Amino acid sequence: MFHIYCPYCEEHREEEEFHPKGQAHIQRPADPEACSDEAWGDYLFFRDNPRGVHHELWVHAVGCRKFFNITRHTVSYEILETYKMGEAPTVTAKSVSEKDKQAGVQAATGGWQTVGARPESEALNDASNQGARV
Amino acid sequence: MSDVKEFDTRPAGSPSAESPLAWSFHRRGTPPREAGAGVTLREKAFLGHMVLRGGAIVLDEAVREVLGITLPARPNTLALDDSGERSIQWLSPDEWLVIVPGGEEFALEGRLREVLGQAHYSIVNVSGGQTVLTLRGEKARETLMKSTPYDVHPQAFPVGKGVTTVFAKATVILRRPTEDTWELVLRRSFADYCYRWLLDAAAEYGVTVER
Amino acid sequence: MSQVNRLSQGGRIDRSRQLHFTFNGKPYVGYAGDTLASALLANGIDIVNRSFKYSRPRGIVAAGAEEPNAIVQLGSSEATQVPNVRATQQALYEGLTARSTNGWPNVQRDLMGMVGKLSGTFMPPGFYYKTFMAPASLWMTYEKYIRKSAGLGRSPTEPDPDSYDHINQHCDVLVIGAGPAGLAAAVTAARNGARVILCDEQEEMGGSLLDSRELIDDSPAVQWVDRVIDELAAMDNVTLLPRTTANGYHDHNFVTLHERCTEHLADSAPASGSRRQARSRMHRVRASQVVLATGAHERPLVYANNDVPGNLLAGAVSTYIRRYGVAPGQKLVLSATNDHAYRAALDWREAGREVVAIVDARANPQGDLVAKARTLGIPIITESAVIEAKGAERVSGARVAKIDATRFTVAGEVEELACDTIASSGGYSPVIHLSSHTGTRPTWRDDILGFVPGEVKGLTSVGGARGVYPLDDVIRDGIDGGRQATQAAGLDANAVTGLVPQVSAREDGAACALYQVPHLKPSMRAPKQFVDLQNDVTAAGIELATREGFESIEHVKRYTAMGFGTDQGKLGNINGMAIAARCLHRSIPEVGTTVFRPNYTPVTFGAIVGRHCRDLFDPERYTALHQWHVEQGAEFEDVGQWKRPWYFPRTVNGKKETLHEAVARECLAVRERVGILDASTLGKIDIQGADAREFLGRVYTNKWAKLAPGRVRYGLMCKDDGMLMDDGTTSCLGENHFLMTTTTGGAAGVMEWLELWHQTEWPELDVYFTSVTDHWATMTVTGPDARKLLAELTDIDLDKEQFKFMDWREGTVAGVPARVFRISFTGELAYEINVQANYAMHVWTALFKHGEKYDLTPYGTETMHVLRAEKGLIIVGQDTDGSVTPEDLGMQWAIGYDKPYSWIGKRALSRSDTRRTDRKQFVGLKPKDPKVVLEEGAQIVFDPNQSIPMSMVGHVTSSYYSPTLGHGFALAVVKGGHERMGETVYLPMVDGKVHEAEIVSPVFLDPKGERQNV
Repeated sequence: MFHIYCPYCEEHREEEEFHPKGQAHIQRPADPEACSDEAWGDYLFFRDNPRGVHHELWVHAVGCRKFFNITRHTVSYEILETYKMGEAPTVTAKSVSEKDKQAGVQAATGGWQTVGARPESEALNDASNQGARV
Repeated sequence: MSDVKEFDTRPAGSPSAESPLAWSFHRRGTPPREAGAGVTLREKAFLGHMVLRGGAIVLDEAVREVLGITLPARPNTLALDDSGERSIQWLSPDEWLVIVPGGEEFALEGRLREVLGQAHYSIVNVSGGQTVLTLRGEKARETLMKSTPYDVHPQAFPVGKGVTTVFAKATVILRRPTEDTWELVLRRSFADYCYRWLLDAAAEYGVTVER
Repeated sequence: MSQVNRLSQGGRIDRSRQLHFTFNGKPYVGYAGDTLASALLANGIDIVNRSFKYSRPRGIVAAGAEEPNAIVQLGSSEATQVPNVRATQQALYEGLTARSTNGWPNVQRDLMGMVGKLSGTFMPPGFYYKTFMAPASLWMTYEKYIRKSAGLGRSPTEPDPDSYDHINQHCDVLVIGAGPAGLAAAVTAARNGARVILCDEQEEMGGSLLDSRELIDDSPAVQWVDRVIDELAAMDNVTLLPRTTANGYHDHNFVTLHERCTEHLADSAPASGSRRQARSRMHRVRASQVVLATGAHERPLVYANNDVPGNLLAGAVSTYIRRYGVAPGQKLVLSATNDHAYRAALDWREAGREVVAIVDARANPQGDLVAKARTLGIPIITESAVIEAKGAERVSGARVAKIDATRFTVAGEVEELACDTIASSGGYSPVIHLSSHTGTRPTWRDDILGFVPGEVKGLTSVGGARGVYPLDDVIRDGIDGGRQATQAAGLDANAVTGLVPQVSAREDGAACALYQVPHLKPSMRAPKQFVDLQNDVTAAGIELATREGFESIEHVKRYTAMGFGTDQGKLGNINGMAIAARCLHRSIPEVGTTVFRPNYTPVTFGAIVGRHCRDLFDPERYTALHQWHVEQGAEFEDVGQWKRPWYFPRTVNGKKETLHEAVARECLAVRERVGILDASTLGKIDIQGADAREFLGRVYTNKWAKLAPGRVRYGLMCKDDGMLMDDGTTSCLGENHFLMTTTTGGAAGVMEWLELWHQTEWPELDVYFTSVTDHWATMTVTGPDARKLLAELTDIDLDKEQFKFMDWREGTVAGVPARVFRISFTGELAYEINVQANYAMHVWTALFKHGEKYDLTPYGTETMHVLRAEKGLIIVGQDTDGSVTPEDLGMQWAIGYDKPYSWIGKRALSRSDTRRTDRKQFVGLKPKDPKVVLEEGAQIVFDPNQSIPMSMVGHVTSSYYSPTLGHGFALAVVKGGHERMGETVYLPMVDGKVHEAEIVSPVFLDPKGERQNV
């Protein structure tokens, strides 16, 4: 259950009031007739599925009924920012990774069971383990 | 907007009218009056409801001139006239709900259109589509807590606030015009469900329905 | 024999209030303040269950949520049965009726136990996968028998008499756990003005202080607890929730709390006066900050036969003695790795029972509690552990030996000590379940030999939950955490002074790491060493899993079932990981932990459902005419959330019409005379603005540029993939004013769709949309006599030249202002009358008063479907499914190919896929046998003699018997159907019959539309 700041109502509301509408900033080609089938197919069907920062379109369906954008981290589910239609995000995958780099934060590589542990893949490839498993 | 077809939906004579809660009252009557009931419900039926859409600045001038109320420009706020009988509530950055005594709405729409002229706006009469249900009593707030995820603590919901939010599995407009009164603006088709929900949720506190 | 294990004094029970209860049919007596578990122990009940897989006798192990064995079925009547209740968490009440959940026919004499003894060898981990998965078809057979012997109770078969509640809460600081840390955090936040909720899962708040030996401010710790709770209770900004378990920690500090309102009083909620109360209440809390003060669970040691009744956690022994006045045995051996566990031996001795020995894994234990035990003359055997328990249905002895934990070997002679109780403690695991619900990974700390919560935004952990154990540190940590949380919630947190109480000092020696105790034999051949008692997972099982190649702890978990189900790894998880780590030659943090999931403890369905059940399960939307329909005896159909009249059965000669009979009558009434339909549920959207017309042109497939005021047009709405999403008529009310109608089910979706395009793609268009669905009631009067009837009630000129098909007019009907639309969904002359809903009943009844002479017949949705299908008119969602274009429907006439703007869906219609000639196209089907009504959804083939699987070329979308045509007919989609008119297709049915049908035009009646144009 997300707690979402609606940039139009200017307060946080419960997720029940909102509908997610997919990836944000998908623009309809200005001249559809000039699009190749492939380009049109991309517009219709193809979406990003990043591990990390993602910009999403939502609507405050049970509320002001306004569409707006959410920048959300798909691993932590943290909402990094919400902004109105027509505005550009200030938090992006690039800005986040730069900030992390400056702060010396190690980027997660996935699959770690506990903080400070080696990734499974690395542990499994360890020569001493290979020996032990025989 | 000109070139709009205005239409007074109220009959000139007095044919019988049924409020959105008429069926609910007919079917199950009203609960017996109970001493010390924690919640009291009352329907304010047959009011004039209108949805105003447009830019805040344009509309503000018009409603001040015609209604004598300043358009509530801040999100989730509610403004009432001195009598408390006429109100305007912010619904969205370009949408307001106007509630006036029943019968005033058509004339009001005409006057607003006159003042607004060629500006871009819309006024839609929705009087048949919704009704107002008031909640009072010591346990009104707790009953609301069972019903809506919106924070109804006085710190978060002072007098003069109004929001559109989730109510059980329906949608309502919830507002607090005075210290001890909550108003639910219910859509006609959901009114019976919301009414039954309230009776059930407040049963442990005792409910009285004023007719 | 009553309460043999009850001590003559002590405990927080009320000995003046006896409570009677039954367990497995036998009556017993306990006291107010008991849990079911303490009462069972007091009565000397050793065996409370049989184990899940091996059917071994099991007794009570713990005193709280981590109890793996004492899971019972409650309820004295069928309707009040509750499965899955931990006896350690259930307060005793008068008349409580409990049964074991496992054991058939009963726990003492268990038939499945025989199977268990045999199957022990045959049921290694992965047994289910290996044995029952192939052939898959036999699983159903096996399952019946396995289920009979397994499972944790059963659901009631009669309706639940109770009601359940949900409540939404908001606070600055939610404190979970009311032990020393939680109380200190809560009172700190509350004194600083925060809105605070403090919840605790136990019957009483106080946590570990309820059985503590320690002094706070020179008096027993519970007095401090009472003072703090009194202070909190008096504050307006604090909500105290005892008997309330925080079961789920969800995104953005949304926490679900389950409050057991009356579950400690009776099976079913007692009424308070005449008013019903809820049996339990789910608090849906949105907290700015969460303080996790959930403490720690003690870890048992893993040794052979550690599941025999009489093996308990050391801390549980203390709790039963100090809190409930119950000593669950006579002769105790304590096997420990830490000082804190010594409390069990001291309490046992103070209760007047014999402590045979303390067996300590450490070489040189040195704390205050150790010194005290020495002073009391309790033998302490060092560098040793209990390696095996003796006994079958109750512990009869402990085999003790010197061990070498690092080499995992027994290092000396084995000595057997006679005893009836073995208490063990392998250290403490912070209760991190809730923080793990958020998806965050816990962090291993070598210094406390446990995982602590990972970082969660808005979460502060305090006390035992983050590995802080000495009482004075815990309280200080709680105060600090409370202050931090208050500040993080945006409040000033400096109002607190002089809160830190004085705690009696105690020195604890360092603990040592021991999880599985080595045995003389290797794990695979030693008697079973249980890791997860609830799921019957043994150390040997985990070893086997790692040998079979399962290296990820998540895989080990799934292969062995460790930490499954309602247990969620409370007792055995760390031990299991430690064993996996040993076998894989890795450290515990490298092996990692499995993910704990909500709920922390089982929750009844009632609590989850709350009030959203029975007639409040889902909103029922009614039209303004609902009362009339009910009074006419209409049968209703759910259309979305609407209740629509399905048909109006009449009683003919004392017999109520069937659906078929009523529909035949209603259809003929419309075709021959006049019928009326309540069409109020159609979505209606008022559209105003200078660019309204342009907007319509972009969202509909057809043209709107020239629609004049007073005219109506039917429109198709597509998504940008070219597939039909909705249809309906839109009327031009004024040059810049339109009224759009949508399908009943599509109303909300279309409204959102219009706003989406306006707000995101075309904000420059001047147009506003407002829903007026509920404002207008709509009644369709249709049939050859429709004009005559309406003329009697309206001032509108109904002359066919003045008021044509697809015109609308305004005027009054029965004295009520009305908009009347000449549109037809039946193919007959039809008027759709719209009036403000408050006056709908007046107009409707007036129509019937005047309609009597025309035999005005109300009809429902079923007749509407037949009538429109005879005309080949589609219903979006029935004849289409999101994969059908307007061209597939043969509706090229409604497509504005040359409109200047590339309207939504246009571009997609020229994609190669939408241009295929073998697309499924909309056609009519006429069964060769006129009596046959094809099944909706039936698959169509061209060649019935082909081999199975046949190549399916389409399906029936709508099918009815037409009383007008006198035969069955259907609408369908068929590959290339438009070019196959007159061809025969086949519909093979499940019963082996093959129906034949001819592909025909979908318009079965009046193809020229003469009937509606009169």
